[in-house]
Amino acid sequence: MTQSHRVAGGQIDRSQSLRFTFDGLPYQGHPGDTLASALLANGVRLMGRSFKYHRPRGPLSAGSEEPNALVELRTGGRQEPNTRATVAELYDGLEANSQNRWPGLRFDALAINDRLSTFFAAGFYYKTFMWPKSFWEKLYEPIIRRAAGLGSVSREEDPDAYDKGFLHCDLLVIGAGPAGLMAALTAGRAGKRVILADEDFRMGGRLNAETHAVGGVAGADWANVAVAELGAMPNVRLMARTTVVGAFDHGIYSAVERVSDHLPMPLSGKPRQVLWRIYSTRAILCGGATERPIAFENNDRPGIMLAGALRAYANRWGVKAGDRAAIFTNNDDGLRTAIDLQAKGVDVMAVIDSREGGELLPGIRHLRGAEVIDSTGRLGLTSITVRQANGRNETIAVDALGVSGGWNPNVNIHSHHRSRPVWDASIAAFVPGADGPPGLLVAGAAAGVMATHAALRTGRDAAIAALGLAGATPDLPEAEDAPVRIMPLWHVAHGRGRAWIDQQNDVTVKDIKLAAQENFTSVEHMKRYTTLGMATDQGKTGNVIGLAIMAELTGRSIPETGTTIYRPPYTPVAMGTLAGRSRGKEFKPCRLTPSHHWAAEQGATFVEVGNWLRTQWVPKAGETEWRQSVDREVLATRRSVGICDVTTLGKIDIQGTDAGAFLDRVYANTFSTLAVGKCRYGLMLREDGIVFDDGTTARMGPHEYVMTTTTANAVTVFRHLEFCRQCLWPDMDVQLISTTEAWAQFSVAGPNARKLLEKVVDQDISDAAFPYMGAGNITVGGLRARLFRISFSGELAYEIAVPTRYGDALLREMLARGAEFEPIVYGTEALGVMRIEKGHVAGGELNGQSTALNMGLGKMVSKKKDSIGMVLSQREGLNDPSGYRLVGVRPVDPTAKLVAGSHFLEKGAAPVLANDGGWLTSKVFSPHVGCDIALGYLKGGDAKIGNRMRAVNLLSGLDTEVEIVSPHFVDPEGERLRG
Amino acid sequence: MIIHHPILGPRDAQEFVYLGDASLIDRPDGMTAGVEAFHDYAYNRDNPAGEHRELWYHEQGDRSWLVVTRNTVTHEISRVELARDVARSRGRSK
Repeated sequence: MTQSHRVAGGQIDRSQSLRFTFDGLPYQGHPGDTLASALLANGVRLMGRSFKYHRPRGPLSAGSEEPNALVELRTGGRQEPNTRATVAELYDGLEANSQNRWPGLRFDALAINDRLSTFFAAGFYYKTFMWPKSFWEKLYEPIIRRAAGLGSVSREEDPDAYDKGFLHCDLLVIGAGPAGLMAALTAGRAGKRVILADEDFRMGGRLNAETHAVGGVAGADWANVAVAELGAMPNVRLMARTTVVGAFDHGIYSAVERVSDHLPMPLSGKPRQVLWRIYSTRAILCGGATERPIAFENNDRPGIMLAGALRAYANRWGVKAGDRAAIFTNNDDGLRTAIDLQAKGVDVMAVIDSREGGELLPGIRHLRGAEVIDSTGRLGLTSITVRQANGRNETIAVDALGVSGGWNPNVNIHSHHRSRPVWDASIAAFVPGADGPPGLLVAGAAAGVMATHAALRTGRDAAIAALGLAGATPDLPEAEDAPVRIMPLWHVAHGRGRAWIDQQNDVTVKDIKLAAQENFTSVEHMKRYTTLGMATDQGKTGNVIGLAIMAELTGRSIPETGTTIYRPPYTPVAMGTLAGRSRGKEFKPCRLTPSHHWAAEQGATFVEVGNWLRTQWVPKAGETEWRQSVDREVLATRRSVGICDVTTLGKIDIQGTDAGAFLDRVYANTFSTLAVGKCRYGLMLREDGIVFDDGTTARMGPHEYVMTTTTANAVTVFRHLEFCRQCLWPDMDVQLISTTEAWAQFSVAGPNARKLLEKVVDQDISDAAFPYMGAGNITVGGLRARLFRISFSGELAYEIAVPTRYGDALLREMLARGAEFEPIVYGTEALGVMRIEKGHVAGGELNGQSTALNMGLGKMVSKKKDSIGMVLSQREGLNDPSGYRLVGVRPVDPTAKLVAGSHFLEKGAAPVLANDGGWLTSKVFSPHVGCDIALGYLKGGDAKIGNRMRAVNLLSGLDTEVEIVSPHFVDPEGERLRG
Repeated sequence: MIIHHPILGPRDAQEFVYLGDASLIDRPDGMTAGVEAFHDYAYNRDNPAGEHRELWYHEQGDRSWLVVTRNTVTHEISRVELARDVARSRGRSK
């Protein structure tokens, strides 16, 4: 294919050709092209179908504001929907496909929606598809969603990496047009650390698209020199292909750098994109301005563009969008397009200037006081109808029309802290208002300063003001300083057809009228009613027209009507970029226990517990089902001895002369009276009287305690203790340190636990020397270790701790030296079975809603001392005798199944809330009891031991007769513990 | 946000954990105050649009609890103190 629409000039490298495809057809372009400029160069104007009506569409713009030319870029896992062809940088081998059409772009069956447009006015789906209600979710919405829409996502995993990074600077300059370059030059020459970021791959902003001279050379050349000077400064970081997407608190900005999007795939080791967090002392927004169209009937045909875009394609990319062009403008800037296009050899058939009187352009047919009222061309523009000042209509055959309704400063980032833009009638646009993000200045067109020289000046002055630069003021190059001359015109009042405002969402003037008629006249209501300004372009070209028309319709001024404001991000950000490296296995840190490698060697199954991977069970040869392994682990432990890695429990060393008194305040029960060398079960409440955590705490010395917490609360308990220590009792002599990672800790449980440990420890641990609830520092083959005689399983049990790096060796040593006792290693499942058999509370019972009284531990809350939660635990509502109490549950029929979460109901009671008696908190199969058993909270449970009730689970369809029993299924007298 | 830690200088707010109103420092004495006083302490908070003194914990740092005076409308932080110092200044000791 030839590049039929390529003309001379432009900043493209004609010495190289790049091949690409669009909808499977091959084309060629050059380095420096965007997908849109290359397609236009090949005479392709039709690039998409509209959201709702499936109207044929081509590019409206030449930048990131593009509403129409959205494509699916790349294929497979790298496929990206809704990519704006106007900013997609061309590379060799690029593959793009159009979207939201079937079967094809030129013939789209859903274009029938366009004929049925009467039914699809704003809010149609709320009105049309109301009845019957049940049809909405299953029928109407899926059909509407399929018919209306944007691109489709790939179902494959994204193969690329994304990174996050952090940068610091004295001055962040957002946008590298004339204002931004001058600001960066001023600060850079003063030796300040500067970051200059621009979303384009070529810095220079509008200078690249214009023919103006700056400093006696072409604007683009001046920009090149400026960029080269900045690039040579070690204190300046140039970031092209980087969009600053949001302004956050205290000078922090986020930016997306597209590191690899201009390549077929990222280079080895490089990410596709980087999300930067930029810490700036000051920032200057030099984001330029975005042109807006004028609404008229059928103003959305491919070939109708913003005038500045038509000019940019010609000047920057050497592309003429058509052979015969016309310009429709309400301001002087539109006239420039006519002059530039003519210089590129395009036949400019007419300039339709809505303003009356004034000078006429020489050498061009300049119609004053005229308006474009309609257009024709099914898949692309073929003619326009012009109503002249004298009222006569004329049809002009053109294949390109540039429309200029004026320029809107890109105030978006200045609004990210809710600053409201203010109306500037002199340029008929909103400019940045007061109360922008602290430290952010605005310069150039973003500040409403449209001329090149003024942009350079305000850029320089902003840098001086921002950084307090004294001394020599850099000279400014010569440049044009033309005033803005505009006579606002938002839409052409003619005809009954549709005139588009927001092309991405298919919002027309009619929709605004409907919104006004139905009293959705506030800009916020109008936006939501019509969807104006939603989706990927966020109304960058359409918003102001919409609210200006609403102002007209309601007889208010534009400032009275107001404007919606902007939130981050400035342009769409890929989900992968926000996720960065936090995906898959790297979604969060993964912590391995000291016995992990041993367990992995045995083929153990692991379970995620917070950030930890814990051993869930350790299968033996021949075991095909998890229950076989777990039952065996439980029975072997209760018969002889089992070992479990409990390193994940939180461990906190608490030292100081007030350590005991401190523990008395943070635990509901008393610890200051605990003898040295003993440990005690501790119950920790929240201030509202609800149980926070539990664990055992040992007194290792007069002023030294070791606390354990649950795995889940290791971090929050430590945080809470620091709060108590620093904020509540700042003069207590008590110090805390978390030692969770420092000690590998194993539970050794079962009748042979002592005999096994005697083979590894150096001290006498007989019952006399180391009684139940004893604790102490010992040694293991000379290595410092800690031993606690505590039990979670109900068996004779110890927990032994060694420095973490010896954990693996200790486990292997215990298994080898104790081989005669046939020790097994059990995982979290067997641990759970044994604690439920013993009636110990854990996650299901420590649910953040339950009190000590609920758990049957009410007597542990001492009222003789002040402790966190003591007072509020005495509230009447928490002490109802008929409140929830922990009970044990077993099915009357031992073969029947129980399900955790089932609710207690009396026999014959209907399964309704009023009859709810409580619920099953934890359930396991108990190999010891020989059937399913459970713990539960039952209203008035103390008085119901021995009763028969039902455990009902409507989700599982289970209704099981159960017996309410003591929660202690194993050794209720605790004889085994003390053996 | 950036919090100017009195010891460590400017730190990103991501390093901190937020708790809430600094009035949590003013815990009543459980041996003398009753349920009503604790109810106020545990549940009742002012919710000012403007200056707010609040507790932040430097969990990814030195484990200091800080009292940060922050404007809830603008997020401007006008003062950062060690919570221990604030607690002492309000008469807390042991």
